[in-house]
Amino acid sequence: MSCTSTNCNNCDSKKGTKKQTDKKGFLRILINGITNTNPVFILLLGLCPTLAVSTSLDNAFGMAWAATFVLLASNLLISLIRKFIPGVVRIPSYIVIIATFVTIVHLILQAYMPPLAKSLGIYVPLIVVNCIILGRAEAFASKNNLKHTLADTIGIGIGFSGAILLIALIRQLFGTGQIDMFNIQFFVIPGLSEYPLSIFILPMGAFFVIGILLAFFRYIGVMPCE
Amino acid sequence: MALINNFILSKFLGLCPFFGVSKKLSNAVSMGMAVIFVMLAATLISWVIYKYVLESFGMEFMQIVIFILVIASLVQIIEMTIRRTNITLYNALGIYLPLITTNCAVLGVVLINVQYEFDIVQSLVAAIGAGVGFTLVLSMMSGIRERLDLADTPACFRGMPIAMITAMILSLAFLAFGGMI
Repeated sequence: MSCTSTNCNNCDSKKGTKKQTDKKGFLRILINGITNTNPVFILLLGLCPTLAVSTSLDNAFGMAWAATFVLLASNLLISLIRKFIPGVVRIPSYIVIIATFVTIVHLILQAYMPPLAKSLGIYVPLIVVNCIILGRAEAFASKNNLKHTLADTIGIGIGFSGAILLIALIRQLFGTGQIDMFNIQFFVIPGLSEYPLSIFILPMGAFFVIGILLAFFRYIGVMPCE
Repeated sequence: MALINNFILSKFLGLCPFFGVSKKLSNAVSMGMAVIFVMLAATLISWVIYKYVLESFGMEFMQIVIFILVIASLVQIIEMTIRRTNITLYNALGIYLPLITTNCAVLGVVLINVQYEFDIVQSLVAAIGAGVGFTLVLSMMSGIRERLDLADTPACFRGMPIAMITAMILSLAFLAFGGMI
């Protein structure tokens, strides 16, 4: 557990040094997306894909880049054409834009990564109704210029990817007793890999891990307790 | 479909309303009814469109865009119809209808029907099963959460974390239905 929090800190500080030369607004929005408005742990949006595909690191990685790509592409486009969309039909327009990019991702996955497309199943098309993407489009991209939208989108994307990879890491570690990614084995826990706690791979393991993580983040003070 | 492959607890579809609306039992039941209704209508219309328009013109790759448009416009039409014809029902379901557009359970059932190549009867049965299962779990969860508010949970677990743990226990219970068929 402690390694997860240091991981997060490293990630923030690395981002901080890299973008320090930029203007402050860009940086603040970006970090805000990773920490204060983390889509999974704070806003509790987009739980369906997060919990469903976090059974292994491969799946989580596939979902992370697919969702981030759709988020980036659709929010940038929405931010560009936000002045041309009439207010009354804005939500349907956003949905069509998002659905177009999801179709692109879906076809690319099926063409170049058939095993990944098969294991992600219907959760790739379901990125359309992922609340994170529509939520950010409505709350941020439709009101801000391209640069700030870029910052917000990258931040949210990193926040989402980090969260889904963290959950997948925990579930895979306890569920199979070993960590491997793209057929490269990193390490095996002796004993646990012979008798894995397969409860973590089952659906209930996902609820358990995210419940414990939420409580843990509140306990160490990342989030306020109620 | 309603019990074994429950949409919320084993497929993780429709989690946003599951945690958002499950604070009061009466709201949960209204939401469940609205979802069953939209699921049935969406399944029927999207099945016809997929079979006779997309398949006959070889445009299956457009399915995501078409289905989400069908669901979004359907929800809008249902909302307008109910407002004109039955004001009591509208007051009961009103605020939940727009939420259904972004409910993954509705799009999920439509996509699953296409994936398994169900015919029209099988699709409708799958839609009813998914809707009933959704309503069942939503109302169970809201009943539990009404009582959880009174319970003395540790400070850091109050609210969402304990709801997640509850969902885990429910999911464990529903796992036992797996051996029924």
